[in-house]
Amino acid sequence: MKLNLGGVTEAGRSKQNRTGNWRYFLPVVDQKRCNGCGTCELFCPDSAIEINNKLCLINTFYCKGCGICARECPRSAITMQVERGVAV
Amino acid sequence: MNPEAIKSKEIMQGSAAIAETIKAIAPGVIAVYPITPQTHILEHLARLVADGQLKSKYITVESEFSAASVIFGAASAGVRSYTASASQGLLLMTEVIFNMAGTRLPAVITAVNRSLSPPINIQVDHQDTMTLRDSGIIQIYVESIQEAVDTHIQIFKIAEDREVLLPAMVCMDGWILSHAYEPVTLWRDEAVQEFLPPFDPVFQVDPKNPLTYGALTDDDKITEFKYMVHDALIRSKEKIKKVAGEFRDAFGNYYGDVIEKTYTEDAELILIAMGSMAGTIKAALEKLRAQGKRVGLIKIRSFRPFPDQELRTALAGAKAAVVLDRSFSCSSGGILGGEIKACLYGQGGPQVINYALGIGGREIYPETVLEIVNQSERLVESGKIPPETIFYNLNRELL
Repeated sequence: MKLNLGGVTEAGRSKQNRTGNWRYFLPVVDQKRCNGCGTCELFCPDSAIEINNKLCLINTFYCKGCGICARECPRSAITMQVERGVAV
Repeated sequence: MNPEAIKSKEIMQGSAAIAETIKAIAPGVIAVYPITPQTHILEHLARLVADGQLKSKYITVESEFSAASVIFGAASAGVRSYTASASQGLLLMTEVIFNMAGTRLPAVITAVNRSLSPPINIQVDHQDTMTLRDSGIIQIYVESIQEAVDTHIQIFKIAEDREVLLPAMVCMDGWILSHAYEPVTLWRDEAVQEFLPPFDPVFQVDPKNPLTYGALTDDDKITEFKYMVHDALIRSKEKIKKVAGEFRDAFGNYYGDVIEKTYTEDAELILIAMGSMAGTIKAALEKLRAQGKRVGLIKIRSFRPFPDQELRTALAGAKAAVVLDRSFSCSSGGILGGEIKACLYGQGGPQVINYALGIGGREIYPETVLEIVNQSERLVESGKIPPETIFYNLNRELL
């Protein structure tokens, strides 16, 4: 795909912006510990978590890996795993 | 000169000549904020609009940031737009100018060169426009009022070309060109409009067809976007040459394309300068040539795009290039001097002597040029050309 002149694009396309590309840490849910309470869904600043049938689903297209869900989870069911190179 | 294109020949002030030329070009939008020594241009345009001679939308704003933003908005709506500024005013426009270049919106700014504060000084040097050199804007420096008039007509055509689409700036020395009176030929409106086709934008803001300007771009594409601006500016060099030739055919005047060469063919020492001091140097060259000295001049018209290849070719036979800078980058030295050294490095060209002079209106006389040529000849003979910039006539007693 060639780039548009001056970065001008059709309007209303921000949903197509894969902010998941910004992520260094991926939230991983231990479904055995998770009871589907929905605290993470409420706290997620990017609306990238959905609780469906008591199952916690992370939308990796938008999740930026901020880690708020892991911090807030009352059952410590979410851990942040290094997804791409980070100097430790 | 093409007699059919002539509207009038009279002795007039530079600012008035520019305003009358803008009238012939008839931009749809003129953004207005005053600053010395540019104010006369916009005042003259105000009179033309008030008298009904010019139908442009004349928008007065509260700062230069807004003036630049107004021409950005007008250009995004597909309208030919214009403003003028100087000194701190140009610096206040800087954020918008980078934005316009990146968004590939053409508009024209007359930059009436003036020193930067502090301390406050309203006289000429090139520090204001040179500070905008990395933005992607086209910059053409002019020597005379007539060249300023003719370059304004050319620059709209260059900036609005579909292969270019960049903001552009005519840089004319404050006072020496803006306030001086010279014999000027003005061109008939019809001749100007025949030369300059209407602006035909690629994109246009339109509520019925919404567009996103300034969208976020991540690291996977940002280098490529920036490269496209770099590449468009390089390609604009051919347009500048082409339009200079077209202007010569239509009106008869020609000032060189990206550079202008005077006595360079057999020159051992070639001076390099921009703006009105080129005229002073030409007067000095007549004296030097009468003494049998092989000295020449390259006047840089187009500083952005930078005429690197053209300079390498023109300087190939010279022993030394003497670059006269009317601005400098603190701790690095003359800006033009540094760029010319970079463009010659490893190419086997002449040695480079770099002077900074004419800052804040310190006068450059033909005698100044003669003295610099003498000094430079001695430096070449001694083999001790300093790598750093020489601050001409720096008064160390004041330091």
